[in-house]
Amino acid sequence: MAADPILEISGLTKHFGAVRAADDLTFSVERGQIHALIGPNGAGKSTAIGQLSGEIRPDGGRISFDGRDITHMPTYRRARKGLQRSYQITSLFPDFTAEDNVAMAIQAQQGHSFRFWTRARTDETLREPARAVLKRVGMEDKADLKVTELAHGEQRQLELAMTLANAPSMLLLDEPMAGMGRRETQGMMEILRPLKGEVTVLLVEHDMDVVFALADVISVLVKGSVLMTGTPDAVRDDAEVRRAYLGDD
Amino acid sequence: MITRKNLVHGIGLLIMAVLPLAAEAAGEPFLTTVASRVLIYALVAVSLDLILGFGAMVSFGHGAFFGIGAYVVGILTHHSYEATAIAFLPGDWTGTTAALIQWPMAMLVAGVFALIIGAMCLRTTGVYFIMITLAFAQMLYFFMTSLPTYGGQDGLNLWERSTLPFLDMYDDTQFYYVTCALLVAFMAFARRLVRSRFGMVLRGCKQNETRMAALGFPVYRYKLAAFVIAGMGAGLAGALAANHTEFVGPGLMHWTRSGEIMIMVILGGMGTIFGPVLGAATLLMMEETLSGFTEHWMVFLGPFLVFVVLFARRGLYGWLVGTEADDGG
Ligand SMILES: Nc1ncnc2c1ncn2[C@@H]1O[C@H](COP(=O)(O)OP(=O)(O)O)[C@@H](O)[C@H]1O
Ligand SMILES: [Mg+2]
Repeated sequence: MAADPILEISGLTKHFGAVRAADDLTFSVERGQIHALIGPNGAGKSTAIGQLSGEIRPDGGRISFDGRDITHMPTYRRARKGLQRSYQITSLFPDFTAEDNVAMAIQAQQGHSFRFWTRARTDETLREPARAVLKRVGMEDKADLKVTELAHGEQRQLELAMTLANAPSMLLLDEPMAGMGRRETQGMMEILRPLKGEVTVLLVEHDMDVVFALADVISVLVKGSVLMTGTPDAVRDDAEVRRAYLGDD
Repeated sequence: MITRKNLVHGIGLLIMAVLPLAAEAAGEPFLTTVASRVLIYALVAVSLDLILGFGAMVSFGHGAFFGIGAYVVGILTHHSYEATAIAFLPGDWTGTTAALIQWPMAMLVAGVFALIIGAMCLRTTGVYFIMITLAFAQMLYFFMTSLPTYGGQDGLNLWERSTLPFLDMYDDTQFYYVTCALLVAFMAFARRLVRSRFGMVLRGCKQNETRMAALGFPVYRYKLAAFVIAGMGAGLAGALAANHTEFVGPGLMHWTRSGEIMIMVILGGMGTIFGPVLGAATLLMMEETLSGFTEHWMVFLGPFLVFVVLFARRGLYGWLVGTEADDGG
C-alpha cells in the first residue's frame, strides 16, 4: 500500500464521565480510498467523526489532515479545507426545500456571504449547481419539496447530497444508510460507488454487505480504540474480530 | 398578483399611508400622535425580529439599543441647548439638533454597543444568551440611572425636537410621515436582507447552527453582523422615540421595555417582516384601551399572548396571511 495518508489520527482520547469513547485512537486514512470504520454500538464511531469534524473537542491526541495539524481548528475551517461530514441522525434545514438545503452547502464554498442585496433563491450561481447535485442523488423531482415533506430515505439522500455539494476532498460519512430499506440502500451504494478513487471517504456503516462491497480498508473499533485494520478479506477472516463484533458462529 | 399575502400587505400599507388624514377627518387628530408611537415601536420590533425571528437569537436586551439611540439624541440636544461642550468627546463640540447628524449617530453608537455586547453574548447560546443580554441591558440601565450629568433617574427633557430641512417635526402629521417613511424603508431593507445570501445564512443558523458550521460557515461572524444591524435599527427607533415624547430616561432601557418589544414580535409573528408591526399596533392599542379600565391591564395580555402563541404559528400575521406566511422568500 503506497503510504500517502490524507488523514492521520494519533492517540486521540475522549472521555464522557467514565465512558471512554476514544481511547488512544490511532489510525490513518489513505488518499483516495474508502476506509470503513465498523464496530459495535457505542464503540465510539460517531465520537470519532465528531472529533475529526471539530464538533467534539478531544481530551488529548492529534489529528492531521493533508499534512496539517487540525486538532484545534474550528469546524468551519476544516469544512473549508474540504473535510465534509454527514450525520447519523439526519441534520438538515427543516423549513427549507431540498434545493434550498443543497444551495446552502454550495453557498458555503462560494466565498463569504456578507452579501446583502441580491436575492439568494433566484441566484442561478447557487441554484444551478444545487439542482445538479440533487440530480446526482436522484432527487431532481423533489427539489421544491420541503424537508418535512420528504420520506426518510429521501432525507438520507439529501443528507449525503449536502456533503457532496461542497466539492469535498474527504468525506466523513456517519452511517449514511441508517434506517434505510434494501432498495434504498442499493440506491445509496450507486451514489457512493463512483466516489471510489475520486474522494477519500471515511465510512461508518453497520451494513456489512455495504462495507464489504465498497471499502478498500476496514478498521474495527471497539471501546474507543482500533482492534485491527486490514483489507475486507483480512477483517472477514480475523477470528478476534468475529468474536468481538461480527458475532459470528 | 393578488394573493392573500399581498392583500394584507397592501391594506396594511394603505392604513399607514392615510391614517393622519383619516384621524383628521374623524375629528380625532390626537390619533396621529398615538399612531406615530406605534410606528416607532414597530420599527424597534422589526429590528428585533431580524435576530429573534430570523436568527433565533433570543435577545432580552434589545431595549438597551433603543435607549442608546434615544440618549444620543437627548445628549446632543442637551448640549446644543445649553451650549456646553460634550465632556467625554475630544474637542469642544456642543452637540447639534440636526436630525441628519443626530439620527445616523444614534444608529452608529447603538451599532458600536451592539458590536461590543453582541461579541460577548454570542459566545453563549440558549438560556445563557437570554440572561446575558438581559444583564448587559440592565447594566446600561443602572449606569444611566446613576449618571447625574444626564438626569440620572429623572431622565432628560428634550428642549427641542430634532430639526430636518424643509420639515417641521412639531407638526404631528409631518412627524408621523417621517416616522412612517423610516419604518417602511427599514422594512424594505429587512426584506431584502432576509432574502439575500446573508439572510439565508441567518435563517440557516436558526434552523440548524451545527450544520451551518459543518458546511463551512463561520456562524459567529454572521450572527454578530445581524446583531449589530438589529441594534442600529433599534437605535434609529430610539432617536424617534426621544423626539416623540420629548424626553429620554433610563426607563427606555429597563428590562420590561425589552420584554414588551419581544412580546410585540411574538404576538405579531416571529420571522416575518410585517408581523412585528401588527404586534406593536396590537399591544399598544391594548395598553391604550385597557389601561383606561385597570392599571393591571397586563393581566389580560398574558392569556391573550398564550392563546396566540398556541394557535398561530406565525402570530397574528400568520392568522391573516395563512400558509403563505411561512416563508421569508
Ligand atoms: N455527548 C455525550 N455525552 C455522554 N456520553 C456520550 C456522548 N456521546 C457519546 N457518548 C457515549 O460514548 C460512547 C460512544 O458513543 P458513539 O460515538 O455515539 O458510538 P457509536 O457511534 O460507535 O455507536 C457511548 O457509550 C455513548 O453513550
Ligand atoms: Mg454512531
